[in-house]
Amino acid sequence: MRFLKRFYVGIIFFFLYAPIIILMIFSFSDSKFRGHWGGFTLRWYVELFRDREIMSALYYTVIIAVLASIIATIIGTIAAIGIHNMGKFGRNVIINLTYLPMLNPDIVTGISLMILFVFLKVERGFMTLLLAHITFNIPYVIFAVMPKLKQMNKHLYEAALDLGATPSYAFRKVILPEIMPGVVTGLILAFTLSIDDFVISYFTTGAGVSNLSIVIHSMARLGINPSINALSTLMFTTVLLLLLIVNKRSSNNSRKENAV
Amino acid sequence: MKKGWIAYPYVVWLIMFIFVPLLLIVFYSVTKTTDQGIVFTLEHFQRFFEPIYIMVLLRSLYLALISTIICLLLGYPLAMILASKEYRHKRVLILLVVIPMWMNFLLRTYAWLTLLEKNGVINNFISFIGLPRMELLYNQGAVILGMVYNFLPFMVLPIYSVLIKIDKSIIEAAEDLGANSRVVFRKIIFPLSLPGVVSGITMVYMPAVTTFVISRLLGGGQFTLIGNLIEQQFLYTGEWGFGSALSLIMMILILFSMAIMSKYEKENEGGGLF
Repeated sequence: MRFLKRFYVGIIFFFLYAPIIILMIFSFSDSKFRGHWGGFTLRWYVELFRDREIMSALYYTVIIAVLASIIATIIGTIAAIGIHNMGKFGRNVIINLTYLPMLNPDIVTGISLMILFVFLKVERGFMTLLLAHITFNIPYVIFAVMPKLKQMNKHLYEAALDLGATPSYAFRKVILPEIMPGVVTGLILAFTLSIDDFVISYFTTGAGVSNLSIVIHSMARLGINPSINALSTLMFTTVLLLLLIVNKRSSNNSRKENAV
Repeated sequence: MKKGWIAYPYVVWLIMFIFVPLLLIVFYSVTKTTDQGIVFTLEHFQRFFEPIYIMVLLRSLYLALISTIICLLLGYPLAMILASKEYRHKRVLILLVVIPMWMNFLLRTYAWLTLLEKNGVINNFISFIGLPRMELLYNQGAVILGMVYNFLPFMVLPIYSVLIKIDKSIIEAAEDLGANSRVVFRKIIFPLSLPGVVSGITMVYMPAVTTFVISRLLGGGQFTLIGNLIEQQFLYTGEWGFGSALSLIMMILILFSMAIMSKYEKENEGGGLF
């Protein structure tokens, strides 16, 4: 029975990882054709940095993700505090509207924004892409911060004001530290969603501004440039290493706590 | 601190980028441009009821349903095994379920082409052991495989997070009272894990119905799903009215089933991922 369970887990993990491993292996293959092994090479890892299209897509992916997640975190955190302090009716209306982009299919969100930009005669490009990403990121930040606000003792802020703190000082020294874990979760969530988004970007960007997903999608018809495989291998390994370090550190910490 | 007004900038944003765009979809779906200007019409919705389009919708619902069932059948046992106490490194294992999602999903789906195509890895292996090569790509099976592959983690995670919270003493009590493992599963574990199952089903079914990338890559464009149809209207044929009507129908369908699901979840004191 125990063996059977391990076997089952192994099979599922194999299923989940097979495409990723294949992709990584072929990033070292000296052949431009999909699935054809032409001997070991590091050529794609070198060419990657000379490829204008990929480099520009990487640039836009990262810059959009950084800007969108930071702006969404600022707007979302302030909004969460505001919503938290609203009357019941206003709060319910806004929370339900905030749920909408999370529940709506991506394709509907993407298309509705595309219609908006065309309707307003805004040329689609970097700005529209950024606005779209901020829009779909904000709800995740709000719903990451809201629970922390609910947990917080509401008299803390008033106490700070009574003790002579200005509202902005009280915000920085009292509220912000309390809700910080939620803010960070929201920021990370927004960043990952933004990095990986295809559908909404696909409808809201314009000529000349493509993120990695869009480039991969347009390449898929004619065959994907192996440099993309090389790039994702690099990105994937980086994430994996970061994760390992974080995991190692947190498990060391918990072990220390247990020892104490 | 009664300062609700600091949410107003966000309210403006909400109206501008969520509410108005949805109104525009509604607007486009019930109007058309004629010589006399813009007039009200229901013909876009009428057009949807033509057999080919109904077929597309039914196909999307059907393929998504099959994928969801497979995800549940594969995911539930996995969540159960990972949540059982024999694994010390639970956190690492559940992380392993999530990690694939950090690689671009288009690229992961595309990698299946390398595995499944006529001269692909799997067919090479099959012919190596002396069997004839098979057509693995560009059929319904490939589209379903793509959906299961992409959305399986969304099924495993909510079920796992509910299972891990089940009070072990309830199970022990049942065992003490003479229940065998099958009865324990049927009467205790499964009913308690239902909220997780419900949110898992929602999280797999919704994206599976609306996808247009998986069907294009692995179905080779032969399997038009509702997502493909909507994309076509907006990016190729330019029939925004019809596209908007389709989006609206799909959106209502999904929000409606979400509402039913979440009602069910609340009655069962939901768990879930969020």
